[in-house]
Amino acid sequence: MSEQLIIQLIVSGLGMGFIFALIAIGLTLIYGVMNVVNFAHGEFLMLGMYASYLAYATWGADPLVTLPFVAAAMFLFGLMVYYLLIRKVLTGSMQSQIFATFGLMVFLQALAQFFMGADYFAVQNSYLSGVITLGGVVLPVPQVAALVGSSLATLVLYGLVFRTGVGRQLRAASQDAQAASTLGINASSMYALAWGIGSACVGVAASLLSNFYYVFPRVGAIFVLLAYVAVALGGFGSIHGALVAGLLIGLLQVASGFFISSELKFVPVYMLYLIVVLLRPRGLFGKM
Amino acid sequence: MRMPSRVASPAGLAALLLLLAVLIALPLLIGERPFELRMATVILLFAIMGQGWNVLGGYAGQVSIGHGLYFGLGAYTAVLLAVRLDLSPWIGLLAGTLLPAFCAVLVGIPCFRLRGHYFVIATLVVAESVFQIFTVWEWVGSAVGIEMPVKSEGWANFQFHRDKTPYYYIALAMLVLVTAGKWWLHRSRLGFILRAIRDEEEAVRSLGFSPQFYKSVAMAISGGILGAAGVFHAQYVLFVDPFSVLGLHISVLVALFAIMGGVGTLAGPILGAAILVPMSEYSRVYFSGSGRNIDLLIYGALIMLIAVYRPDGLMGLWQRVNPFRQQSVPVRKG
Repeated sequence: MSEQLIIQLIVSGLGMGFIFALIAIGLTLIYGVMNVVNFAHGEFLMLGMYASYLAYATWGADPLVTLPFVAAAMFLFGLMVYYLLIRKVLTGSMQSQIFATFGLMVFLQALAQFFMGADYFAVQNSYLSGVITLGGVVLPVPQVAALVGSSLATLVLYGLVFRTGVGRQLRAASQDAQAASTLGINASSMYALAWGIGSACVGVAASLLSNFYYVFPRVGAIFVLLAYVAVALGGFGSIHGALVAGLLIGLLQVASGFFISSELKFVPVYMLYLIVVLLRPRGLFGKM
Repeated sequence: MRMPSRVASPAGLAALLLLLAVLIALPLLIGERPFELRMATVILLFAIMGQGWNVLGGYAGQVSIGHGLYFGLGAYTAVLLAVRLDLSPWIGLLAGTLLPAFCAVLVGIPCFRLRGHYFVIATLVVAESVFQIFTVWEWVGSAVGIEMPVKSEGWANFQFHRDKTPYYYIALAMLVLVTAGKWWLHRSRLGFILRAIRDEEEAVRSLGFSPQFYKSVAMAISGGILGAAGVFHAQYVLFVDPFSVLGLHISVLVALFAIMGGVGTLAGPILGAAILVPMSEYSRVYFSGSGRNIDLLIYGALIMLIAVYRPDGLMGLWQRVNPFRQQSVPVRKG
């Protein structure tokens, strides 16, 4: 077991971890503000990856260049989903909210297959292909970029949520929607904002991911399943929790894929979730 | 509190007997058409599974998206007993009901300590772990799966090769049995306690009942029914592999059909399966020539429409148009 290998595993684990964390933070933000689990979150990721791929295939625009545009487009898409669908089930029962986002998931997946077919597409020869060598350690560039890009995006997000006025309003709405609205915070625009930011996070993750992962209609399920576990592991609604749990899951699945077997790499992640929630029934950072 | 349904009223009873007569006579009409017969059997199968899911999800209020696990365990038990021990499939049915019920109780012991979404994710995680382990476990056939040994057809072997009608009747008998059991549950003390747990768990605890115990009972019944459905599936297709019986889509579909039919109602899962299975099968046949998945496009759009306009499920729609019934089902706020 050489040091090189350990560093490679850690880089690739953290790279995946930050991607899971970005997806999970989006989910947990939406959940925290309005107690809705977005079952279509993985399909948002899939849409972002297609957008990134199509921009590359039609204009030759590198995913790194289109990243801000994909993020912005996904922000608008999130707003659209909120205003056209979610707002209509806001006062409904929990099951109508589950249906709404579940139906959206099925719909978006079928829509992607309708326009793009079931084929796998990949961005080839982007700016970020190849490997870099750092002090004898060989690292694939896309994964390093995923690590750098998604950690930067997380930093920006943290700044936005914890250091700005809007972020403070968002957190207030998330902690106690009623108290926030008596203080003049417009709950509906906070909900919309959570959907926008949550979707933009996924857009960033999608752009970075499209450098080294195939895109196909069902790609979202793979990532979002782990993102759900990350959200629950961190504690529903907790942004710190989603970040820590995402990183933990990224590292654990890379390590168990290497040391146990690639088919079973998610089993230790699932076991970790069970053990944690048995000791702390509301996850690592959840409100008790 | 939801009142017991008034199935026992004369009009309701007559309607029920009429429905049963139609279901018994159905193969005479469609027996020569394999596609329709298969679809009718699949509807019955999903209705059984939905009823099973509903015991835990609808009555006890514990939403599971890992119920494919018990279906899969039932199917695997049936095939493994036939392959390794050459036992009668009817012993397989018994074992394939009891083992998943037992496993469900084991899963419930830790998971019932969790509430809400944490419970949902826990059921998902357990089912996915077992799925992944089964894809690499050689003894159970790993990802390749195992075939059920083909035997001469007949009731003793629970295999019918030329005419598949007996499968339909077996599934119908299972559904009638399960539904009768649920009708009893609906008005029994156990049923009331389970619904009380769903509505206000702390109140039940303060009355001296153990929610953990009653949830475990619901879990066992629920897992057992799913297991029996799995045995039927294994006998019907004579093959199991992890993707077809343990896959996440089964867990999701079962929960979806039961919820769309109407949570916690007696006929909801049957109604859900009877409407949603043909919808997906026919739209697949009519539109899939293009290979473009228009069926799923319609399906997704329809689910969203139901969410926005009929959030209490298809049973809510039924209760609105059914003149025999009191309007007593409130929509539960989550």
